[in-house]
Amino acid sequence: MALDADTAGRPSPAAPDQTAPAIELRGISKAFGPVQANKDISIRVMPGTIHGIIGENGAGKSTLMSILYGFYKADAGEIFINGQKTEIPDSQSAIRSGIGMVFQHFKLVENFTVLENIILGVEDGAMLRPSLAKARKTLKDLAAEYELNVDPDAVIEDLSVGHQQRVEILKALYRQAQILILDEPTGVLTPAEADQLFRILARLKEEGKTIILITHKLREIMDATDTVSVMRRGEMTATVKTSETSPEQLAELMVGRKVLLEIEKQPAAPGRMVLEVENLQVIDDQGVERLKGVSLHVRAGEILGISGVAGNGQTELLEVLGGITKGTGSVRINGEEIDLTGKHSDGRTRRHRGIAHVPEDRQREGLIMDFFAWENACFGYHDDPSYNRGMLTDNDAIRGDTEKKIEKFDIRPANCWLTAKNFSGGNQQKIVVAREMERNPEILLVGQPTRGVDIGAIEFIHKQIVALRDAGSAVLLVSVELDEILSLSDRIAVMFDGRIMGERLPVETDERELGLLMAGVDKVPAGVSEVEAVEANLDAAAREG
Amino acid sequence: MDAMPKWADVLLVPLISIVIAFFFSGLVILAIGENPIDAIRTMIQGSLTSSYGWGYTLYYTTNFIFTGLAVSVAFHARMFNIGGEGQAMLGGLGVAMVCLALPWPHWTLALPAALLGGALFGALWAAIPAYLQAARGSHIVITTIMFNFIAFSVLNYLLVNVFKPPGSMDPATAVFPPGTALPRFSDILGVFGIPFSAAPPVNVSFFVAILACFGVWLLMWRTRLGYEIRAFGHSESAAVYAGISPFKITMVAMLISGALAGAMAINNVMGESQRLVMNAVEGAGFIGIAVALMGRSHPVGVFLAALLFGFLYQGGAELSLWTNIPRELIVVIQALVILFTGALDNMVRMPIERAFLAARRRRKAREAGLGKTEPAE
Repeated sequence: MALDADTAGRPSPAAPDQTAPAIELRGISKAFGPVQANKDISIRVMPGTIHGIIGENGAGKSTLMSILYGFYKADAGEIFINGQKTEIPDSQSAIRSGIGMVFQHFKLVENFTVLENIILGVEDGAMLRPSLAKARKTLKDLAAEYELNVDPDAVIEDLSVGHQQRVEILKALYRQAQILILDEPTGVLTPAEADQLFRILARLKEEGKTIILITHKLREIMDATDTVSVMRRGEMTATVKTSETSPEQLAELMVGRKVLLEIEKQPAAPGRMVLEVENLQVIDDQGVERLKGVSLHVRAGEILGISGVAGNGQTELLEVLGGITKGTGSVRINGEEIDLTGKHSDGRTRRHRGIAHVPEDRQREGLIMDFFAWENACFGYHDDPSYNRGMLTDNDAIRGDTEKKIEKFDIRPANCWLTAKNFSGGNQQKIVVAREMERNPEILLVGQPTRGVDIGAIEFIHKQIVALRDAGSAVLLVSVELDEILSLSDRIAVMFDGRIMGERLPVETDERELGLLMAGVDKVPAGVSEVEAVEANLDAAAREG
Repeated sequence: MDAMPKWADVLLVPLISIVIAFFFSGLVILAIGENPIDAIRTMIQGSLTSSYGWGYTLYYTTNFIFTGLAVSVAFHARMFNIGGEGQAMLGGLGVAMVCLALPWPHWTLALPAALLGGALFGALWAAIPAYLQAARGSHIVITTIMFNFIAFSVLNYLLVNVFKPPGSMDPATAVFPPGTALPRFSDILGVFGIPFSAAPPVNVSFFVAILACFGVWLLMWRTRLGYEIRAFGHSESAAVYAGISPFKITMVAMLISGALAGAMAINNVMGESQRLVMNAVEGAGFIGIAVALMGRSHPVGVFLAALLFGFLYQGGAELSLWTNIPRELIVVIQALVILFTGALDNMVRMPIERAFLAARRRRKAREAGLGKTEPAE
């Protein structure tokens, strides 16, 4: 079912009397083995509009865009570009058709300059100099036209993530893209950078470009798009005008039932001090300092949220507390020092001390994807006496315990003989969460609890975290989702570049202030705009790192 | 959901692979001007239709079970132990030293001691590559291959300079004392009055090999250690998260692997030749890789695959004895079986998976057509 996304009455400036959609897909289907990734998808996007595609992980958004960009061949269906039927067998023909793609993971040569990256693959002639000169001029025009300012001679690895993303956009524009597809573009940006990106997109739209924005964040859809299509389980469930819908309605369309977007929780009642961290430092295998002296504390019955853009030391903080990596400094649990050298401690000894850990990456760390659910449900706790009988493991006991967890945490399908990879992201996460929370740990370390998790499961997992807090556990929550941090945390600490930039109470702060802290900006200097301060700081950090 | 039922995965796919391998072997035999039907008849008659043939088939099977299990255990920890050959050679040294150390009164005492000796020497030979992998990151494939050559040279030196009885020209140890002779199938079955050829060397080690299968199954699927080995093999990062030490698992898995390869020597050294000779292993260490691959690293699969390769070995020997098909061609047939069951596994697997999926879709469509409601996924 595809309602018409026609935006008549809003003529696009580039082609005032053109009525053909910039992109039209008719009946696109694609299967990977037993998985139907796209089912009979039809969509029309008018030129000069921003069209959002929203859906949960695995809904088929990326597959659809990969078909449009020529990475996959559809099993059935047709593609029309500006009203003309077009075959897109590879990305070269997509580019020739005027489609540009900005991937979630940038495709840039790290040690090339901006200019070199821009002309890569479209150099004219054997000599570089004329191409570079031409590109420099084009780049200058583009920068002026769309406010896409980047130093053409900067080396990519010295640029902040936000600026690298601009280079990707410039690359597409340099190849004369009329249609720009952005896949989860704000995942790695601070809120200020995201705002800046949306300003650029609005500008591109004014100039008549067509933009497709793929995201799972409802707020971005509401803020930035003209029309929006919702995908669920490979199908396009609706296409609506953004102005005529609401976040609640979109969420319902994504999940297929009503969802609670807000978390209900009572104010925290912090008790005794449980976790004290002082001057914690971590140096990684390459000799890079990842944690530069972090101090924090968490009391029983409270949630400390660690906010920050991915890659600013949050992962290392969780890993060193969880016993995965070594560190220096001091960590006390209930006043007792724990070993950080890795000689006398690992994940197992941490668990014995009452630290449970829901890792950031469940597929890489939290689960063994080829193990059965019941084998995963005891992972890390497999030396527990209740799971063993003498020399041998008591598999019946483990399975019985797993059945209970499956019931309590509503894990579906309710079958402990399925391997972890056969569960959806949300149910995989529930297996990890059930395992780590069921023992009422003193401390719960939890990283990105709802990454790649469907909305229904998000609601459930959030409730469980709050319930654990109310039961008296100290919770250290790391998340890059600002909404999640704001709604769950009792206190918020912001990390930037391996340090804690500051601590705020959720009621006394807002996204703007946290966003500045996430970019390492404590105070905006006089005479400088916030955005400028953020950008200056992030670029400086990129050069230093 | 898995694409096809378990029985198809475990039985159908290998069976089809074997049939394809035999088909191509038949083509090769045709190409050199011989009759493939006669060839397969000779192979089956020589290995499966008499107690003599079965005796040899099961003797080879015993070797391959030990080395197949050895490779399997390492596989579970995601390590490719190519050193089964060298570990089995050193296992032979351990068995020989135990057997020659005492005037053993009875095999029931000698066998456990020799088993321990062989396992210990095999494990020690695996320990060095294991340590280099665990502590230094030197790749186990490279080091275990190199250790095969070193094992050969060490054994050569020891046999020529240390263990060779004075006056002998043969690089081999002295013959073991009679108390170490293991009962053969003819002895064992003779107790029950069942006649069995006395010629083939198949002996009580066969039952030790079956026990080893059970032991490996118990270890991998019923103990914490096995659980940790498998977890480590599937995901090192997850293992570290859970507090499983990669160093410990690498060492322990390789020690067990080496011990199993070394334990093979009770069959070929103690059970068959009753002395240690050069090249006693006869490539069984390498066959173990194919056996583990084909047996999907599961003891039951290893047993069945070892049986198949035992048949190929004995049948191949018969083939070169009774036909004009040269001995080298047996190696070609074995290689084809390895190629189709191991390396080209997906070539067979993918079409079968697709067939099962199509069948399931058709069934679903039919059920939907009949009005039976299929619960939504």
